[in-house]
This record gives sequence, C-alpha cells and structure tokens, in this order.
Amino acid sequence: MDEYTSSELVSIFAMQGFAGISLFSVLLLMALGLAIIFGQMGVINMAHGEFMAVGAYTTYLLASLTENYAPSFMPYYFIFAIAAAFFTAAVLGYLAELALIRHLYKRPLDTLLATWGLSLIMQQSFRSLFGAREVSPTLPEWLLGSYQPTETIDIPLNGMFVLGLTTVVTLGVYYLMYRSRWGLRVRATTQNRVMSGAVGINTQKVDRYTFALGCGIAGIAGAAFTTIASTGPTTGTLYIVDTFMVVVFGGAASLLGTIFSAFTIAQAQSILEFFISGSMAKVYTLLALVLILMFKPEGLFASKIRR
Amino acid sequence: MNFVYEKLMGGKSGLTGFLILAAFIVLVLPMSLDLFRLNLVGKYLTYAFCAVSLVLLWGYGGILSLGQGIFFGLGGYGMAMFLKLEASSPENTAIQSTPGIPDFMDWNQLTSLPWFWEPFNSFTFTIVAILVLPAAFAYVIGAAMFKRRVGGVYFAIITQVVAVILTVLIVGQQGYTGGINGITDLRTLNGWDITSDSAKYIFYFINCGLLLTVIVASRFILTSKFGSLLLAIRDKEDRVRFSGYDVSNFKIFIFCFAALISAIGGAMFTLQVGFMSPSFVGIVPSIEMVIFAAVGGRMSLIGVVYGTLLINFGKTIFSESFPELWLFLMGGLFIAVVMFFPNGLAGLWQDYGHHLTNRLIACRNWIQSQLTSLTNRKVGDGT
Repeated sequence: MDEYTSSELVSIFAMQGFAGISLFSVLLLMALGLAIIFGQMGVINMAHGEFMAVGAYTTYLLASLTENYAPSFMPYYFIFAIAAAFFTAAVLGYLAELALIRHLYKRPLDTLLATWGLSLIMQQSFRSLFGAREVSPTLPEWLLGSYQPTETIDIPLNGMFVLGLTTVVTLGVYYLMYRSRWGLRVRATTQNRVMSGAVGINTQKVDRYTFALGCGIAGIAGAAFTTIASTGPTTGTLYIVDTFMVVVFGGAASLLGTIFSAFTIAQAQSILEFFISGSMAKVYTLLALVLILMFKPEGLFASKIRR
Repeated sequence: MNFVYEKLMGGKSGLTGFLILAAFIVLVLPMSLDLFRLNLVGKYLTYAFCAVSLVLLWGYGGILSLGQGIFFGLGGYGMAMFLKLEASSPENTAIQSTPGIPDFMDWNQLTSLPWFWEPFNSFTFTIVAILVLPAAFAYVIGAAMFKRRVGGVYFAIITQVVAVILTVLIVGQQGYTGGINGITDLRTLNGWDITSDSAKYIFYFINCGLLLTVIVASRFILTSKFGSLLLAIRDKEDRVRFSGYDVSNFKIFIFCFAALISAIGGAMFTLQVGFMSPSFVGIVPSIEMVIFAAVGGRMSLIGVVYGTLLINFGKTIFSESFPELWLFLMGGLFIAVVMFFPNGLAGLWQDYGHHLTNRLIACRNWIQSQLTSLTNRKVGDGT
C-alpha cells in the first residue's frame, strides 16, 4: 500500500466502500429472505438465488413492456417493477411451499436436495424463456449517473437508491417479524410448532406465508440487482453461497447479525478487490469466514437458546 | 471363511449383490460396449467412488458433505501434476521460453517450477500424496468442525464454501494450477502411453478392481462395531455421547475415510480421462455426487454404483439429444427421489424386488413339489 498517498487511500476506501454498498444491499436483501426461511423455518433453500433471478427477470420484462407500449411511463415503472418482482417471487415461493417444502420440514438436509432440484428446473426455465444470454432492463434516467462530492470520489446513484430500498425493506422486515402479531405467530411456530398449534395458530398457514415472504424479498433483491449488473439464467447460483455465508456468519435467527455480516462481507470483498485480484479477495474473505465460524460456530450474533 | 462371508460381503444377499455388480462391470460392460463407451463408463465409475463415500458419510453417518468434489479434485490434481511434469520434460517443451516446466506456467510468465510442484516429480510421492493429503485435509476440516460440534446443515454449508474457495483458488491462480482449463495434455505414466487402447482397458479394470475393493472395505467398516456406532450417532448423537463415546472422533474418521475414497476416484479419473479441471471440484459436481448416492440409495453400497451409472448415462443420452430437457429431468429427479423414494433404487428393490424373488422362489418350490410328487407317484406305481 506504500505507493498510495493517504488522500488517495481515503478516496479508494470511500469509492470501494460505496461500490461495496451496492454489493452489501443485494447481499442483505438476499440474506434477509434467507434468514427468514433458514433462520426461522430451518429450510435450506438452495433455490433462493433463483427466486432472486425471478425478481430480476420480472423487472426486465416490465421494463421492456413499458419501453414498447408506454414510453412516457418509463421514469416511474421501476417502483412498480419492485412490487411486481416481490409478488411474482412470493407467489412462486407460495406454490413451491405448497407442492414441495411442506413435506420436508422434518428433514432439513433433504430440503437442500429438493430445492437444488427446484433451482435446476428454474434455471432451465429461465434459459428457455429468456435465452441463455444475460439481459438487463433499460433503467429510468434518474437511476443513472453519479454524485461527486470531491474530485476523486464518485458515488453512483443506483447504489444509493438500492441502499435506500434495502433500508426500507429491512425496517419492514423488522416491523413484520418483531412488532406485528403475524411475526409473533411466526416466531412462536419456530420455537414450538406443536404448542403453537395447540394455542390456535394455524402453523401450516404461517409456514406458507413465511416462505412466500422470504422468496418475495429475494424477488426485491432481484429488482435491485438489475440496477447494478445484468441477469443470466445462472445469476442466482453465483450469489447463493455468499448469501448462506452471510446468514450463517451473522447467526441464523438474528436480524442485526445478518445486517452486520452482510456489511462486513461486502466491504471486505470490495476493498480487498482493489488491492489484490477479485478471485483472491473472494478466497481471503471466505477463508476468514470459515476460520471465524470454526471458533464461533453459531455465528456472531447467536441467539442464546438451547435446542 | 465365515469372517469373510459375513463381514466383508454382508451375508447372502450382500454377496449376491456384490457378485452381480462385479460381473456387470467386469464382464458384461466390457464385452458389450466399444472402447469409447467403456472409457465413459470408467469415468462414471470414478464418480461412484464418491457416491460410495457418501453412503458411509451421509447414509450411515448422517453427515451430509457437499464437498466431496474437494477430495475428488485433490486426488485428481495430484495425479495430474505428476503426469503433467512427466509430459513437460525439457525435450518436450524445448520451444518454451523456460523449458522443463508445464506449458501453462510458461504462458503465465513463470520461470521456475513452484516449490509445491517439485515433489510431484516422484511417482511414489504422488501416490502417497493422493492417499494422504486429501485425508489430512479432511482431518483438518473434520477436527475443526466436529470437535466444536458443528454438524448437520452448518457442516453441509461449510464444506460447500470450502469447495467454492478451492475452485476460486484454482481458477484464479492460473500460473500454478492451469486455471479454468485445468491440467491438460497428459500423455504418459512412467513412459507408458496412457492414451493407447490397451492402457484404457487396463485402467478400466484397475478402476473396477479398486471400486470393488473400496466397497468391500466399506462393508467391513459398516458391519463392524464402528458401523453400528455410526448409525447410532446418526440417529441419536447425544445418547451415544452420554454413553461415553467420543462422537467427534468417529465422525472425523469416517470423514477422512470418505475423503480417501473420493481421492482414489479422482486419481483414477485423471488417468482415464487424461485431464483434470476445476469443473470437477466445485459445488455442482459435489452436489451431483450427492444425487448419485441419493438415486442409488443412500444406504446401499452396491445401489449407488448403479445410481451413478444410470444418472450419468441418462445425462449423456439426454444432453446429446434433448439438452433442453436434461436439467428439467435432473431437477425433477432430485425432487422425486427426496420426496417419494428416500432410499433410492436400492430401497425400491428392497420394497418390490423381494416380491419378485419371493415369487420366483415360490415358483421354484411349486415346480419342485410337483416334480417330487411326480417321482413319488412313479415310485408308488412301481411298487
């Protein structure tokens, strides 16, 4: 690091930091959904990345429809695309739970295999429907460009927007899980399914909506993802391992832990990427995570419950 | 004799199954397939090593490793490094700017052989490394995880991450590992041309022999007291722990043994296919190995070999003629196996196969009784 002056280093850290924020936002959105599904329900959803791709493709579809049939609507479509991405992914998640997941609650390792199968099917569907090439929607103009506080620092607007979106979704999830009656029912079901059933909670319904919510948030992650990168059939698989690491590292059932670990992982990767090659940055980040997990297997913010 | 019969073969049904499998891969397949297809079968059978290792680990031990590709890859890369060094003798690589080092190193501006490649000049070292290094690596991972009682889902995810790390490392460090293309152009083993037809036959039979040996060894482990403990750990880990056993050591042992088996498979893969690349190390091959085991039957050492062959043949045939459909089929298979046939092909055979054999036996008994009654009558007539 000797060849950089201190002011240059500050700029590098600031810019890579903001680049990391886009990664952080997508990782966090993915991880929020997964933390709900994995942390609360114990289902290992390997198809989570594909639900994100569903969101991304929905955004793409909406963008091309708007571009072709209602060009004047272009500046506003993205807001609707986020909602559409959420609902499409959530509905698909609901159906997946109905057809597949609910039979496997007692066999967590088997959910992993079944959802991997689901992810293969979804990937091939994307390939058949949208082609093998990567696609990206035409973004509204207010998402392009960047903001320059100083000469050397350049902050992309899309990153800021995605960060804002992530904050809203995170607050929403917090409210839903920890401040609403519905969240209470979800947490009760997680802790003791039989007892929750006995006090009149419809646990099947709770499971179904929880899974759908998790997938829906992955859909929002997909919509956010389109602003920073293009989407291909296998985009989802690229992020799934990182996302699992975020959830496991943060401590499966902890919202704060998930936020913290998504931030750490994204920033570590992004800042290291500037100094060493991208692949080595990933190796060091993952290696550090594995080592930390060896000493703290329950993750950083483990809830103190005996199981 | 009884020891061999009960412990190594698993009694009467085990022996029959084993002999049928042996006859199938050693006699039927070589006689009915041309060399190209047989070489493919040989490649598939190297995956069967990993599937067998998953029977021990996952079927009996309840430890789902999504990282068998790591050990398969380590074994394969070990063998590939030796073969590559032999292929890049100074005479063969005279046109390079630094003769005597593998071609991809030369392309990546390396001027000398990295230190960790040096020992792979020796064949003995290579064999020892293939047998020891993956198991030692498994020991490190296993000890770190199981001693701290990390298990189940977390273990699966961490092995998966290790597989990702290794793949990224291999792809990223092109100069040392050959990058995404892997280590290619492997021609001779101690001066013997491994691409010749006779070599392919010989490797196929060595591979079969090793696979059958591994199955017998695994059966020995499973029928021993260790095997019972393994099952007990799978079903009620705490109870075994409270009975005074050190659960983690048993888990570490079986994880190392599984790594060893997979590494042998990897080395045989390199010898038969003639290259090794990171696409046999990462998440996708590792999960595919799990599905081979799941389809064959996670509790059956013999069944998984058939499962591996079946899926790979299916993959070859389908991806040749209907590439679009293959992933749908594979995905559907994953789901179907998990939801409807948790014990795979072997389970199906156990559930329905013995109806078939029972019927055959009943049929035979009926014929016999008819025959005896017939002879009795004849004897009766005579008096």
